[in-house]
Amino acid sequence: MKKKIMVCCGTGCTSSKSENIIKALKEEIKIRKVKDIEVSKTGCFGFCAKGPIVVIEPEETFYELVKVEDAKDIVEAVVSGNLVERLLPKEKEEFVKKWHELNFYHKQKRIALKNCGKINPENIDEYIEEKGYKALEKAVKEMSQEDVINEVLKSGLRGRGGAGFPTGKKWQFAKDSVSDIKYVVCNADEGDPGAFMDRSILEGDPHSIIEAMAIAGFAIGASEGYVYVRAEYPIAVNRLEIAIEQAKEKKVLGNNIFGTDFSFDIKIRLGAGAFVCGEETALLNSIEGKRGEPRTKPPFPAVSGLFGKPTLINNVETLANIPQIILNGGNWYSEIGTETSKGTKVFALSGNINNVGLVEVPMGTTLREIIYDVGGGIPNGKGFKACQMGGPSGGCIPAEFLDTKIDYENLNKIGAMMGSGGLIAMDDTKCMVNIAKFFLEFTVDESCGKCPPCRIGTKRMLEILTRITEGKGKEGDIELLEELAYSIKDASLCGLGQTAANPVLSTIKYFRDEYIAHIRDKKCPAGECKALASYIIDEEICKQCGICKKNCPVDAIKGEVRQGAFEIIQDKCIKCGTCVAKCPFKAISKK
Amino acid sequence: MGNKCEENLKVGAATIKAAEKYKGQEGAVMMALHEVQNAYGYISEDNQKYLSKELNVPLSEIYGIITFYNRFSLTPKGKYNIQVCLGTACHVQGAQTLFDLVKEKLGIEDGQTTEDGLFSLEGVRCLGACGLAPAIVVNSEVYGKVTPKKLEEIIAEYREKK
Repeated sequence: MKKKIMVCCGTGCTSSKSENIIKALKEEIKIRKVKDIEVSKTGCFGFCAKGPIVVIEPEETFYELVKVEDAKDIVEAVVSGNLVERLLPKEKEEFVKKWHELNFYHKQKRIALKNCGKINPENIDEYIEEKGYKALEKAVKEMSQEDVINEVLKSGLRGRGGAGFPTGKKWQFAKDSVSDIKYVVCNADEGDPGAFMDRSILEGDPHSIIEAMAIAGFAIGASEGYVYVRAEYPIAVNRLEIAIEQAKEKKVLGNNIFGTDFSFDIKIRLGAGAFVCGEETALLNSIEGKRGEPRTKPPFPAVSGLFGKPTLINNVETLANIPQIILNGGNWYSEIGTETSKGTKVFALSGNINNVGLVEVPMGTTLREIIYDVGGGIPNGKGFKACQMGGPSGGCIPAEFLDTKIDYENLNKIGAMMGSGGLIAMDDTKCMVNIAKFFLEFTVDESCGKCPPCRIGTKRMLEILTRITEGKGKEGDIELLEELAYSIKDASLCGLGQTAANPVLSTIKYFRDEYIAHIRDKKCPAGECKALASYIIDEEICKQCGICKKNCPVDAIKGEVRQGAFEIIQDKCIKCGTCVAKCPFKAISKK
Repeated sequence: MGNKCEENLKVGAATIKAAEKYKGQEGAVMMALHEVQNAYGYISEDNQKYLSKELNVPLSEIYGIITFYNRFSLTPKGKYNIQVCLGTACHVQGAQTLFDLVKEKLGIEDGQTTEDGLFSLEGVRCLGACGLAPAIVVNSEVYGKVTPKKLEEIIAEYREKK
């Protein structure tokens, strides 16, 4: 039987040189002159912490942290039917042989990520083997426009880009607009820091997006589509270009698709590094070649969007669900999830968590399950303090809400939001005031400047937060922050401004004590705020070995070996913590 | 940048090609700017003037677009452009320290280029490589799980390469 060696070529694994592993594997196969073994690149398996990942099909053997030098042994094992034990993942001292058996995948249900890690994204035939373009065929041949929209409505699918607007309704509005020209736009301007699901879907399964856009085009009566994707995602752009070419060759894109009257074409437009372009009207301006400033709504894009024509804008992950919904029916999809939020959601797990990666779980899964069961908990024996969800528009969720079932409504209730699904875990060494400041810095940088509440208001908030973290906070600062936050929320034009204050409001709500400690006691309880912390070498414990001095990247430690205790020059110290980590005697601590 | 047009503008070959390619298309300016930026690492005034004339878009508007988007630059970048990811995942893993360290080591601020033209520094927003946090990118090479020590080695390595 033919065997396949699948090598992950997502961004994470590519950075760890997975392309070289492919080369080495092919080389080895050539040298040994073995037949019936194919080496193939594939999309993200999601388990980025263990990359580069290599999977052997059909056995589903999962090899982690693979190096180029391992290629020889992998090929040898495939040929002889053995396993390379040292590369197998271990759970509770036992080897796990199949990737689906890993704890990481137990609670996951992959719909949007269905083909990621399964097919070669640069080969349309592999997509077609997985029932690819069957949904499009079904839609254009057997269904009416209303039928398609009805299935999407029935599915209960809601926008995965952040706001959670019912997708079917959006399609209905766009269909109801009367115009000779309409557009379908895929929003792949994934700007939320800490979110990389759209990138992974485009890299791992670009055809699903093309198919979904064509289905959407058929449903609303559009014949042209644009994918607006970040220029920072070169691999995604490249695979999308290849996929569009192949789709045209196979005639599933272009004129008279599946022999019907329906024609659809897709163009790619590159973003240029402006976060606000993820906002739909700003994105439209950017496609039109203008500054990406948001427009006033209404009119909504469904009425007057790209080039003034009715436009349907959907996020990548939203679209990735569409072919499955059309194939399996809206009812199938709506059986998954909670009352108000159907289906699955992809989360990008990162920060202080063991299993960094991309996970897809049914709506209604609790945070605890995601962080501990799927994510493997917090590393280095530290405690869980909070997790940040929803990026710069979201909030920090403290440990008391770990058992909240995740859906759109529940997250809003506790002051966070679904956002695009970035989920950043933070351990107890993280300062919440500093996190709020971090997000405000982001918003100030990325505010387009069109409307004053956002442009000026966020700047004022950042100034206040900065002085708090520098130990110069004043009584009344917290109240002032809250007042500003609500004004900005109410008065801003677009989603960026309206949600910019959320990280501040949620940290004040759940970690007010920490703010007070900074302001009144001039102390950072987590020890993260540099102006309020200093590293000290304990003279008693110091063995005068000089390892700290040798490792200090900025020469901020003075002293000579065996000539008395070393000392940190506080003015020079950048508080990177390298010395603490390197000192074999634990003589350095943060005060 | 050899070719000169009648106004004595120093216009690059890539600029001329981009203008030809996108002339008359919807949203031409952005796409042309991408090509010029990729070819030269920045968009010079002469190149802007040329695009303005060819694409029939006011120079002020082109300037407005360049300064709006982070990816477009008005000044040349260094031979090695160091991008430090300041996304949340990297932030949580100590990206700010790395960022400060590069500034300290190279004596430049965010967006600046060293006097010898060897290095430039850019703080960038999430590269989507959160699994490798903290991550930095030098030209197009991604480095993951960077520590202050490793960062020093990376800089030294490029300095030696020249």
